[in-house]
Amino acid sequence: MGFNSFSFRGGVHPPDNKHFTENKPIETAKVPSLVYIPLQQHIGAPCEALVKPGDHVKLGQMIGQQRGFVCAPVHASVSGKVKSVMPMMGPQGVKVMTVVIENDGLDTLDESIKPRDIESLSVQDIRRIILDGGIVGMGGATFPTHVKLSPPAEKEIEYVILNGAECEPYLTSDHRLMIEQPDQIIAGLKIIMRVIDAKFGYIGIEDNKSEAIEVMEKVTKKEPNIQVVALKTKYPQGSEKQLIQTITGRQVPSGGLPADVGVEVNNVATAAKIYEVLTTGMPFIERVVTISGKGIKEPKNLMVRIGTLFSELIEECGGFSCEPSKIIAGGPMTGIAQHTLEVPVTKGVTGILALSPEETKDEEVWPCIRCGKCIQVCPINLMPLSISAYSLKGDFDTCKEYKALDCIECGCCSYICPAKRPLMQSIIMAKNQIIAKEKNNTSNEQ
Amino acid sequence: MNNTLTVSSSPHITSGESVSRIMLDVILALIPAGIAAVIFFGWRAALVIGVSVLSAVAAEAVYQKLMKKPVTIRDFSAVVTGILLAYNLPPTIPLWIVVVGAVIAIVLVKQIFGGIGHNFMNPALAARAILLAAWPVEMTTWESPIIDGVSNATSAATSSATVDGVSNATSSATPLAILKSGDGVWADLPPLWDVFVGRIGGCIGEISALALLLGAAYLLIRRVINWRIPITYIATVGLLTWFFGKDGLFTGHGLYHIFSGGLILGAFFMATDYSTSPVTPKGQIIMGIGCGIITTVIRILGGYPGGVSYSILIMNVATPLIERYTRPRIYGEVRGNV
Repeated sequence: MGFNSFSFRGGVHPPDNKHFTENKPIETAKVPSLVYIPLQQHIGAPCEALVKPGDHVKLGQMIGQQRGFVCAPVHASVSGKVKSVMPMMGPQGVKVMTVVIENDGLDTLDESIKPRDIESLSVQDIRRIILDGGIVGMGGATFPTHVKLSPPAEKEIEYVILNGAECEPYLTSDHRLMIEQPDQIIAGLKIIMRVIDAKFGYIGIEDNKSEAIEVMEKVTKKEPNIQVVALKTKYPQGSEKQLIQTITGRQVPSGGLPADVGVEVNNVATAAKIYEVLTTGMPFIERVVTISGKGIKEPKNLMVRIGTLFSELIEECGGFSCEPSKIIAGGPMTGIAQHTLEVPVTKGVTGILALSPEETKDEEVWPCIRCGKCIQVCPINLMPLSISAYSLKGDFDTCKEYKALDCIECGCCSYICPAKRPLMQSIIMAKNQIIAKEKNNTSNEQ
Repeated sequence: MNNTLTVSSSPHITSGESVSRIMLDVILALIPAGIAAVIFFGWRAALVIGVSVLSAVAAEAVYQKLMKKPVTIRDFSAVVTGILLAYNLPPTIPLWIVVVGAVIAIVLVKQIFGGIGHNFMNPALAARAILLAAWPVEMTTWESPIIDGVSNATSAATSSATVDGVSNATSSATPLAILKSGDGVWADLPPLWDVFVGRIGGCIGEISALALLLGAAYLLIRRVINWRIPITYIATVGLLTWFFGKDGLFTGHGLYHIFSGGLILGAFFMATDYSTSPVTPKGQIIMGIGCGIITTVIRILGGYPGGVSYSILIMNVATPLIERYTRPRIYGEVRGNV
């Protein structure tokens, strides 16, 4: 496998539509009078509430406590009074216990928040601070970062890759962050490399973000162990497995983890957040969100307090320019469609998109004509048409034989399908059934 | 804003690809060969094509209506079948046989097995095979081109040499029949250029390799088809017919074999049929080589001068098996860990 193959097999080229916001500097969004902070903003167990209605909370105060290893605490993103703790619809499309805080507008800092000197911290301290800071993967997957930074001792990590691909159309939050906060990103990368004892760091950026590449190359010029890699612009370049293959030529074994091939991948925004939390002591209370789409009047990149409602951010961007047909949390390829604007921004919300009816036509589904385009575009080299056909027949065992579990759910097959078949959707259904059956089998054996 | 937000699973955007667009591309790609047919055979060829297309579309609409299924003629796939069937018929064919053929292709071969994407044989080719068995004389009566160019075929209006036919030709009008007939063939062969352009006898759509290659190039550029099946198919036939020449090894007329008979039409437009050819890259190469070997065997050893139709049909039925054993290796696949 060649080393300089700066691309991967398969993939698609949707119109990137980044021109709406790529040149717009990050602005600080208005801090709302009410914030809605879900107690689960990550993959893993939900947090346990530390506050009750009536309590007064300060900015940065922990309000949701970690339960279990794979979990990340949550913090108050404003100071003020807890109005209620109740189940509320989140951007994931499910109801989550949510702490509602009435903002007193004072931003009174919690006593625990103190700047630190990174040099004096031990690796153990750093892991602890990352955990307490509630840091999760900010590319959308929201996997708790302290877990990622605790690879099994027997796995030697050679490379840390920072994911600056941002291959989803419309989104520019990582792009702007790389242009505006390159030093923080590099500092964060160095911290990650130190924690997991990696020799070399890469920053992978799609070549449609030339300004970000230039800036990052400038700040890494004097870093012998860090290299910026320009990646071919192709969706899903920012998928972990594809990024690893592109940069290192290695393939994560089926069912394995990046650590199995000596690699660790983090988002550029996560790296900047690690540096911020370590130096300022302020936990994860805000992030950059791209508000864009053909239905938004003035698309923007906003620094948003966690818990701000979508409706307030859309209003801040001038409202809708046309009747939107879909509101998406995240990008158009993998994001989640919302049925209401009254959902809060969480740690994994990279963007809020208002798509126009022309973009999201509800198209008629035709029979599969076996054109094979889904195989051509699948980055994993699966046969989506076959898995989908077996899935729709309920033959999930055959789906497993066809490696349905290796699907990364990028959506390329559904995107390209001329018959507009719900390929990825039926493959996900098969995955769920296979996993459920396996769980059932193991529990029966016990 | 009102409550008209759509909630559905990602991806929320789709490509501009569509079934009808693909079929339209195939139709466009077949037009040059149709023009060549009219130039070399006259308007009678256009009439056959028209009747075939209309019958195919009508057959699909009527069948789906009767079966109370949604009528899908908007996908243009019946148009493609109609054109391909006509291209595989001699220009002198009685029109009622064309109608019968179109109905067989659409109803018997395509719709009964579930319609588009579900037929296990190429509809046009299967219909042609049935017509050939039912009306061998009408199916193998060749008219020579109306433009003077093939020295030994100008006079006979309906000389009875064959392309894929069964009648044993005495006067030879098509290059394949000449190649088949044996001794002293060099002298009797029309110039290769005439064969390439299409100034030869044969089926309506197969005579002009030049026109077919124009269309094929368009399909390759538009990525409607890929190179695997057609190129391996043609290369296999070219090499094998050159190897196993009549005067010993490496004396065959590979180029004549490539540009005459139905090979170019079959390789680019029929063997690549989505429904009936493997979707896997390795499978497509097996399909191409398999078609090539069978075509060559039929042409050199078989009773017919040509062999394209039957080789494609045989590989059609082998397609599910080929696919089963050529599943691509996936990203990060761990061998022996199934």
